[in-house]
Amino acid sequence: MRELKIFAVVVVITLITYWGIEPFAHSQMHPSVEPAEYSFGDVDGLKGMNGSASNGAELVASNCTACHSIESQGFPAVMDHETAAASYGVVPPDLGSSGLIYDENYLAAFIKDPVTASKLNHVFGDDKAHPMPGYDWMSDEEIADVVAYLQSIAPASMTNKEVFTDACQRCHSIHYGDMMGGSMAAYTPKAEITAYMGKLPPDISQHVISRGEKYLHEFINDPQKHLEGTAMPRVGLTQDSEAQVIAYMSEVGDSNKDERNSLGVKVLAYLVIFAVFAWLWKAKIWRDL
Amino acid sequence: MAQFTKANSVGEWFDQRLATNKFMKVMMTEYWIPKNVNFLWAMGVVLAVTFGILVISGIFLMMYYKPDVNLAFNSVNYTIMQEVAYGWLFRHMHGVAASVVFLVIYIHMLTGIYYGSYKKGREMIWISGMLLFVTFSAAGFSGYMLPWGQMSYWAAMVITNLFGGIPFIGDALVVWIRGDFNVADATLTRFFMLHVFLLPMVILGVIALHFYSLRVPHVNNQEGEEIDFDTEAEKYLAGNKKESKVIPFWPVFLSKDFAVLGIFFIFYFYLVFYHYSFAMDPINFEPANSMVTPPHIYPEWYFLWSYEVLRGFFFDIAGIKAFDLGLMAFGVANIIFFLLPFIDRDPEVLPAHKRPRFNIWFWILMVDLIVLTVYGKLPPTGVNAWVGFFSSITFLGLFIALPFVTKADAKARGAL
Repeated sequence: MRELKIFAVVVVITLITYWGIEPFAHSQMHPSVEPAEYSFGDVDGLKGMNGSASNGAELVASNCTACHSIESQGFPAVMDHETAAASYGVVPPDLGSSGLIYDENYLAAFIKDPVTASKLNHVFGDDKAHPMPGYDWMSDEEIADVVAYLQSIAPASMTNKEVFTDACQRCHSIHYGDMMGGSMAAYTPKAEITAYMGKLPPDISQHVISRGEKYLHEFINDPQKHLEGTAMPRVGLTQDSEAQVIAYMSEVGDSNKDERNSLGVKVLAYLVIFAVFAWLWKAKIWRDL
Repeated sequence: MAQFTKANSVGEWFDQRLATNKFMKVMMTEYWIPKNVNFLWAMGVVLAVTFGILVISGIFLMMYYKPDVNLAFNSVNYTIMQEVAYGWLFRHMHGVAASVVFLVIYIHMLTGIYYGSYKKGREMIWISGMLLFVTFSAAGFSGYMLPWGQMSYWAAMVITNLFGGIPFIGDALVVWIRGDFNVADATLTRFFMLHVFLLPMVILGVIALHFYSLRVPHVNNQEGEEIDFDTEAEKYLAGNKKESKVIPFWPVFLSKDFAVLGIFFIFYFYLVFYHYSFAMDPINFEPANSMVTPPHIYPEWYFLWSYEVLRGFFFDIAGIKAFDLGLMAFGVANIIFFLLPFIDRDPEVLPAHKRPRFNIWFWILMVDLIVLTVYGKLPPTGVNAWVGFFSSITFLGLFIALPFVTKADAKARGAL
């Protein structure tokens, strides 16, 4: 009985200390922010309009493909990555998957005014123009047509890696995704992307661990919430696509997660058995004393 | 030369040459421990086993680790964590054991303080134990640098900087320790050497000293009772086990240690698999970057109390700079526990609950250490800074008060 009391004292003191240095200290150091919001209710979006994909096809061909490739529809990239980065500051995205991975209201708002939709008014303005001009001269109807077209050509589903590649890799490297081949380097060369963003966007191989999934969800959804003034745009990923991006970061950065979780159960089960036998043996020996 | 007859068994063959039977008696079956002990007396063996885990997991990690500022981070986080079969397991075991070993060290230390197991002949046990605390601290700090993440780099920066406060030689000393004007490749390689060679060698030596220092004064017990070990051992060997106040190290004492180890392993491996980020700070999974200071720099949890004593003095007092005051207090905090046997003026060995004033002193110390630990992690702004200041003052004050507190207890008991 006395031993149990002593044990309880040790456990309570340990837990109080743990609470202080982990949950409590972290709550003080990293104030919590509003949870991620995937309806993008603040943007100047589609306003419930349903566009026509065939009208959109013409609009896209005449307005977008001068800079953007749509490989799946026979619009190849006009330049290689290096030249494109030198011309625009950053490699422009292929639009083939945009209709799937980006929220439709966000997409409409972005086409109209990329700087406001991506929350980068503090980065782009009169001194430094955003590489994509706003299409606010188009009618809401026409913008809805463009969105409808992009949705019509988007694949029904994509792998986690494909979503990551389309959404993130123009700026971010994730070297651990292909350490030997180097195929997961950012498309935009270092010098150009550093000039474009103001600093080099980090390699995010280990961000799933260093930031944690909760932070990543909140951050990707709206970077300004955690890092006010950052040059990272709000990209407008849908909830599903964002989950796929983080799933890919986890596959790369925490690749043994499943093995760890399943092995842990077995090891702990073994140790419980060990502990039971150890106590039985102890009891047997101490009985004579 | 001794006369050797033909041995009838392998055991006898070794016994003839190495006196293994005698050795086993001395080390195990007739090494006597008091019977009146609780599970806290198992912490020594728990520590020895945890150190074993650190050595073994460390050997595996060293097979892939590369001590070079350009390679270190990826050798840990890519090669070991993603590529090598069970590399993640060894790293988690190593990182978590490095943290848990300090939890057990603190339990072990505070047990010694509570039961007064550091005096009346047991001074060398205490001092060698404190030497282990210091060498383990150095090993923990040097090891934390090896993954070369943001915390590795900045903790190294802040801690090596402290030596700059030493009068006259400070600046030169910092450069000498770093091997460079900055924390750089030379710093990493020398801390690697310390971590994998020099410190483990020293620790092994001090562990031997620590074990040996137990031999003459023997292990203390729950009541601080003075036991005649020879008489009690005779009783035990004569079969009078119930009456005897002692038990042999093997198998009796160790059987309890194994039982405690069983519980400890469940706790430890639960942390290894499912709850490791307290020991492997997420910030350290970001590569070291000398251009970007992390918003919050803090040492590992086991250094927080002394770090807070360092930070506690945040304003100049009587013309002495805050930094120098903090450094002096930090210096005192790191040596004061060594002096415990000599500033405790109570001549008797008794548990704290039989020393009323010391008992209060002990629990204030416990609370103060927890407050220092928690506030050592929080940003030192506003009210936090004052909590840090007062808990640092309390810490120093406790040790100034200790001789008087213990003397008063002894007087009240009539022992002085």
